[in-house]
Amino acid sequence: MNWGSTSEFFAMGGYGLYVWGSFGVTAAALLIETLLVRKRFSDTRRTLRRELAADRDSQDQS
Amino acid sequence: MSQRFVNWFKFASPASFYPLAGKAWPWFAALAAAFCAAGLWLSFFVAPTDFQQGEGYRIIFIHVPASWMSMFIYCVMAFWAAIGITFNTRLSGMMSSALAPTGALFAFISLWTGALWGKPMWGAWWVWDARLTSELILFFLYVGYIALTAAIDDPRRADKAGAIVALVGVVNVPIIYFSVKWWNTLHQGASVSLTKAPSMATTMLWGMLIMALAFWMYSIAVALYRVRAIILERERHTTWVAELPEMQQ
Repeated sequence: MNWGSTSEFFAMGGYGLYVWGSFGVTAAALLIETLLVRKRFSDTRRTLRRELAADRDSQDQS
Repeated sequence: MSQRFVNWFKFASPASFYPLAGKAWPWFAALAAAFCAAGLWLSFFVAPTDFQQGEGYRIIFIHVPASWMSMFIYCVMAFWAAIGITFNTRLSGMMSSALAPTGALFAFISLWTGALWGKPMWGAWWVWDARLTSELILFFLYVGYIALTAAIDDPRRADKAGAIVALVGVVNVPIIYFSVKWWNTLHQGASVSLTKAPSMATTMLWGMLIMALAFWMYSIAVALYRVRAIILERERHTTWVAELPEMQQ
């Protein structure tokens, strides 16, 4: 174990800003990408469902 | 025909690849989470403090894997581009477009963590060094690919134009890789190579390799998820999309 206490862990031997700046931004970037990809998929699916439903309605009326 | 023979061209059809990708991505996502947990634990709690760089060196556990992924994803994109141009398969272009944003993200992470590592160790966020400059060019190649394919309305023509960018740009990958050998540079040489014993502690090496596996599995999961969205967008007028269970009310 490298760390005597939690504050020592967050201080990273004086390199806290650089180490956490790297890991934090990476985690945030991967999380945001995941959310954007999920949104893209569900938006596309919703639009297509609506289009298909509209097609079915117009066929029913004619 | 033998039953053992897998007809790979079957999966080149978006209609059969879509459900396959849907089944596969959760497994890759689970592997990514598991490797990430193991890799982070090794990075922070097992790997010892570096005798020269103290705790600052721990940036290596994302910097090196992210740089590897940024180069590897570009090679995979170029591979799909070559397949697309040779066999004229629709799925190839979709795979390339699904990989590009993830590759760009890893190139960005590589540059970002590199800057945060360079500042305390070299005293500069950025230097116009061969390694850094060629990685920046890689990032611009990704952005150029995304911008070019987004600017062309016809997806098939966009794929062709993008494939040229991917194939021409792939020469940059060996330049990045060998830049530390070919030019005098501030950037340190390869810590891991196929020909020499690695110049680092075993636990550090394992942490780095497992983080690389985590990023790799993440990339596969997110690319498969994105390619499903792309398939739906492009195949929206086909019968098979209309008949998908998730399209029924």
